[in-house]
This record gives sequence, C-alpha cells and structure tokens, in this order.
Amino acid sequence: MSIGQLTRHQTLGLSDEQAIEMYKTILRARKYDERALLLQRAGKIAFHVSGVGQETAQVASAFALERGRDYFLPYYRDYGFVLAAGMTLKELMLSLFSKAEDPTSGGRQMPGHFSHKKLGIVTGSSPVTTQVPHAAGIALAAKMQRKDIVAYTTLGEGSSNQGDFHEGCNFAGVYKLPLIVMVENNQYAISIPAHKQLGGRVVDRAIGYGFEGVRVDGNDALEVYRVVKEARERAVRGEGPTLIEAMMYRISPHSTADDDMLYRTKEEVEEHKAKDGLPRFKSYLMECGIWSEEKDGELAAEIQKEINEATQYADKAPYPRPEDSMLHLYAESKGEASSWQ
Amino acid sequence: MAVITYLEGIRSAMQEEMERDATVFVLGEDVGKGGVLNATKGLRDQFGEERVLDTPLAESAIAGAAIGAAMYGMRPIAEMQFADFILPATNQIISEAAKIRYRSNGDWNCPVVIRAPYGATGGSALYHSQCPESVFFGTPGLKIVAPSDPYDAKGLMKAAIRDEDPVLFFEHKKCYLSITEDVPEDDYIVPIGKAKVKREGTDITVISYGLTVHYALKAAEELSKEGISVHVLDLRTLQPLDKDAILEAVRKTGKVLIIHEDNKTGGVGAEVSALISEELFFELDAPIMRLCGPDIPAVGMAPTIEKFFLLNPDKAKEAMRTLALI
Repeated sequence: MSIGQLTRHQTLGLSDEQAIEMYKTILRARKYDERALLLQRAGKIAFHVSGVGQETAQVASAFALERGRDYFLPYYRDYGFVLAAGMTLKELMLSLFSKAEDPTSGGRQMPGHFSHKKLGIVTGSSPVTTQVPHAAGIALAAKMQRKDIVAYTTLGEGSSNQGDFHEGCNFAGVYKLPLIVMVENNQYAISIPAHKQLGGRVVDRAIGYGFEGVRVDGNDALEVYRVVKEARERAVRGEGPTLIEAMMYRISPHSTADDDMLYRTKEEVEEHKAKDGLPRFKSYLMECGIWSEEKDGELAAEIQKEINEATQYADKAPYPRPEDSMLHLYAESKGEASSWQ
Repeated sequence: MAVITYLEGIRSAMQEEMERDATVFVLGEDVGKGGVLNATKGLRDQFGEERVLDTPLAESAIAGAAIGAAMYGMRPIAEMQFADFILPATNQIISEAAKIRYRSNGDWNCPVVIRAPYGATGGSALYHSQCPESVFFGTPGLKIVAPSDPYDAKGLMKAAIRDEDPVLFFEHKKCYLSITEDVPEDDYIVPIGKAKVKREGTDITVISYGLTVHYALKAAEELSKEGISVHVLDLRTLQPLDKDAILEAVRKTGKVLIIHEDNKTGGVGAEVSALISEELFFELDAPIMRLCGPDIPAVGMAPTIEKFFLLNPDKAKEAMRTLALI
C-alpha cells in the first residue's frame, strides 16, 4: 500500500482505531467462545451454544449501527454482536454460569438468550424468529415517534423458514419501517445443510417484500460494515427495510450437545476454517501497517487475563435464591406464591 | 350516566384512552373502517390511520409487532378479528408476551392488550364462534379478562390498557349489542383480578363469566318465583382468578354450579372446581356441578346442532334447579 493512499476502512469512514477496535472485539468473542466450550467440557457449566466463525460479521454489523440508540434483537450465536454493543465478558460469563447477577435473565435463561435494556438489546427466546415481528413493532413505534433510529435483528438461515420471518418482513415492507434483518447464513440448521433448508436464496425473498436485499461475504468485515451502514442510511431516510444475507460457516457444532461429525466431515470444516474472517481481518490490518504480531500477542494476553478474571468472578458469584423464582411475573409480583399463581 | 352497549363500552374505553395517552394505538385487520364487528368505528376519523393501523392479514405479525411496540414504550391494542383466528398468534402470546418480564428478570415488560371477540352469536358455526380461553388459561405472565356487561367492559378495557403487563381481552360477541346499561360518564377503571357478586342468594351459588352470566341471572329471577334463592358471581377476570371472592361465594350457600360456554374438559370451570375442592370440601352440601359446552370442536351451523351445543337460560335454569333440589 503506497503512502498517502486511503485504506479500505478509511474509505468507509472508519478510523484506524475503530478498525483495530473491531478486530479486538472479534478476537474477544472468539476467545470467550473457546473458553465457554472448555468450561462446559470440564463440567463447570451446563450448556454452550457457539458462534465461532460468525463473529466477524456480527461485530462489523454492530460497528455500522448507532450503539446506544438503535434497538438490537440478536439471536443466540451473537456473542460478537453483544460484546460490540457494550456487554462485557464478565456479563457473558455470569450468564454462562446462570448466576443471579446475569444481566440477561438473572440465571433464568440458557446462555445466548441475550437481553440488556440499557444497551438496547431486546430479550429473546428459544422458539426461533419470533424476534422479527418484535423488531418490526419497535421500528413501527420509532417511526410513529419520528425517531431516526433503526431496529436490527439477526437469525439463522434455517430460522428464515418460520412464518414469523415472512410475517415480520412483510409487515415492515408494507409500512417501509426502519428495520434491518440480517440472516447469518452459516450453512447449517443443527444438522441440516442449507440446500435442504432453502429452495432458493434467502436474499431473493426481499423482492417479494418490496425492499432491498443484499448478499454479502460474512467473512469480510469491511464489506459487512459497508452494507449494514448503507442499510441503516436507507432506513433513516425512510426508504424502508433491508434484508441482508451474510454468508459464513458455523465452524463449531450446533451446541455442546451436538456431534457434528454425524453429518459433516473434518475436511469440510477445515476447508471453511481456512476462510475464517478473523485471521483474514488481522492480515488486512497488518497489511495496512497498523497491526503487528507483537501487538497481537499483547492483545491475546490481555484478553486471556480478562477472561480468567470474568470466569473466576462468575464462578464464585451466587446463584439466584430459590424463592426469587417467584419475582417478576407481573409488575406487582412481590415474590410470594399468591393468587397470582 | 348514559345507556350504552357492551360494544360501546369497549369502543369508548379505547377512544378515551387514546385521547388521554398518545402512546395508545390500535392495530389489526380492517380496524380502519371500524373493524368487521364495529369495535373501532370512528377511531380512524378522530386519530388518523397511523394510530388506527390496518395491518396485513397475519395474526402472528399483529401480535408480534404489538409486542415489539409495547417493549419500546407504546401501549398497543391488537385486535384479533375473531378469537377463532388467534391461534397463529399463540406462540407470540404464550412464548413471548407472557414471558418477557419474567425471562428478562424484570428488565423488559410488555404492556400490550390483545382483543379477542369470542363466543357464538348463532349462525356462525365452527370458526366464528369459538371460546379459546382455555388455550391461554394457566399461562403464568398473562392476564385474561372476560367481562359480561358494558360497565365492566369499559372499566376493564381501561385497566388493561394501563396495565404494565400483557392482557388478553375476551369480548363475547353476543354481548356486543344485546347487553346495555347505564354507565358513568366520568373516568373509572374496573380492577383486573376482582370478581363481582351480581345477585345475592342463599340456596345455590352460580359462578360464570361472559354471556352465560346473563343466562344465570335470568334463570335466577325465574327460580326466585319457585322459592329458590340464587347467588351469582361473575368472575370478570379469568387470570388471576379472584380466589377470595370464589370461596366467599361458595360459603354463602354450600352448593355451586359453574357455567361457561367453552367446552367442559380442561375449561376454566375445572380449575375453579379444583380450587373449591381444595379449600372448601367439607363445607360443600352437594357435589360441584358444571354446565358447559359439550366436548366437541365447536358449535355447528345447522339450527338443530347449534341449539344442541349452545347454552341458554332454560338449560341454566334446569341445572340450577337440579342443584337446589339435592
């Protein structure tokens, strides 16, 4: 790269610091995920559902949104996204260990069911894609109140077959709502490969809803950033929703309860590992001359320390009290088993 | 005071709440023209099409978008055109609305009202007549109301809109135009979770909700001429049940009949009956009786099978007399 020439990220309006911050967040998500798997295998926690291979697109999206203002309805693999949106590794660990202090649910939900109102992260459930109509409703409310914000939601390609995907997208299309729907097409819905899930391409469905559809290489951080940023600009200009299909690969099994060697080969996984967005973005930053192996080593050590501290904290933190099961059923629930059942 | 219909009670409650609070809006299929049952008549003219939002024909999106808007801070009133068509939205209501506060440990809440016009009017057969309240009954996190008269319909609708949690509002379609009464013009609410004694009596207690409350009252009036004194309790709220009021009403007479149009097995009456058995078994002077729709999918179209299915004041009177004579 010659002196004086703008780098790709600068062309997109990202400073060197922001590009590096993006990389750091991707790496933090990856390292969190790897630790969560170890903790489950060691018997310290019950369950982990992984996002390995998807962090690049997740983090890049978050950087293209107005964090602190927009509303986010992520799905259960979006560790990279929620870290970029402001959740801390300590908070993720508290959720992983199902502790009382877990900000997502106070130890009520499985890990990966994100929620954090202060950060605009909307509570989610396990029946997939119910969040798409919610995102449409939030976008509707924002439009009614003349706020220039967007609702951003994600899901997997398998989930895109649910009725709520279609109903929510069509609803948003009718009113031209400020909504961004990103399908993280990781090629698998548990064991079912995309060609057995989808009769056509997810992105093409946007045509039927009357809005823009964009397919993007989910391993290309800057390209994802660009399309999400453009989608956001369209949304606040009143031009309606965008459906983004980000192509990626689920490097991990579906969850810690899944053996992926029952339905795919090591060779296939290895082939896709070689296309992983994380090392690709690192190489890019090094080519730009703003990152080095030395800095990378320092960062890895820093993240490891942070994860160690978060793990220890969460491990020692108290579980919710049994009687707290009765709290927060209704606004007036005081915890007693009363006529409120 | 002014004499209004049950339907006007619901409509004026929505209208007054929309005047009071700019975050209140209605959405549903055909609500702009007033709704197919006229519950939202005139609202679009007064509030505009944004706050009286005609939606695509998709119940899960109507409920789901309302839930999203409620989490944002709005007060949506989502109309299911007929309660028979609420089932596509059931996942949104049971898995989402009912659990949002609980699963987020109190961080988020979902103040949505979902209106469900239910019950048979006659001539409407299987899919425009159902009583699906038992599908939702027993779902913690939901509140379920089912008023029987204009005063309660108006007061409960206002309470539902102001409630911080999701309320499923069952409106009996046959009450819409047939039930009228004097209702105060001042602002009032009927608290959710409180039943109401509609008639004092000493021989038997009838517990009901919705249209069948009126059948019980008519029958009670006729039975008084036979010397049978009937105590009638209108549940008004199905969830949470007003346990204290139920037990107090049963204690008055020691004999109880539960009446509802919904089919018998797994209906609200089963829970009311279990509650009474648990708490007052030794104070009962007769077995608990239930008069309900038969356990078939819903009412049929032909007049003969419709008459067979539906309750009426005569069927209520017969059951009440049987209980009184035990």
